[in-house]
Amino acid sequence: MSDALVFHFDVDGDNFTSAGQASTQVKKNLRQLGLSPAIIRRVSIAMYEGEINMVIHANGGTADVYVTEDYIDIVLADQGPGIENVEQAMQEGFSTATDSIRSLGFGAGMGLPNMKRYTDSLEIDTVVGEGTTITMRVNLA
Amino acid sequence: MKVKDLLAHGFVAKALPDGDRDIDGVYIGDLLSWVMGRAQMDNAWITIMTNMNVVAVASLADTSCVILAEGVDVPDDVIATAEAKDVNVIVSDEPIYETAVKLAGLLSNIA
Repeated sequence: MSDALVFHFDVDGDNFTSAGQASTQVKKNLRQLGLSPAIIRRVSIAMYEGEINMVIHANGGTADVYVTEDYIDIVLADQGPGIENVEQAMQEGFSTATDSIRSLGFGAGMGLPNMKRYTDSLEIDTVVGEGTTITMRVNLA
Repeated sequence: MKVKDLLAHGFVAKALPDGDRDIDGVYIGDLLSWVMGRAQMDNAWITIMTNMNVVAVASLADTSCVILAEGVDVPDDVIATAEAKDVNVIVSDEPIYETAVKLAGLLSNIA
């Protein structure tokens, strides 16, 4: 990944209304790079879902986006509670979000499924009590 | 049909930074991840949610506009953010179903 263009973001854990700033900035950057709207949309949504998850569950974290000629990698890392049952978390409709989160329109249990839907690969590296790192790739070629 | 064309049919614009954008289809929903998973690019998105995250979702999911139905109040900071992020925000005083039916009529007349 030596030729990759890297964008780094710190995702603020307390601020729900500003959640999405990193994804919105990435959308802007990818647009400037001349990528197609369809690719930008997939990357933006997958990253936003991850960003929201870090705000809801992990008190924030970091987001790094690597852009190469062949693919875009999105790496989201947090030091939150980890995911106890990944298989369950991947099911549409499964959510551990609170009612207050749901009243904002989140917590539908579609976050991880959407991240999988819009990317070509999704890797979840999680340890309960230590944190979660999610790596997603969208192929360009 | 363009987003700005809605204004001649009883819809009111709260933010119209990109009024020349074409509307292609409609999606209705209030669960934001559901919208991101199912709405198509260029859809008009009808919802009753008015928090700031709606602007982010509309922007990232690349919908042509958000249509806030049922005459809901739109907070000023949401309107300002929508302007800044190039997101069209339209309001309809009618309930969701009537709003959708009206939109269907307008879209099929054009097509």
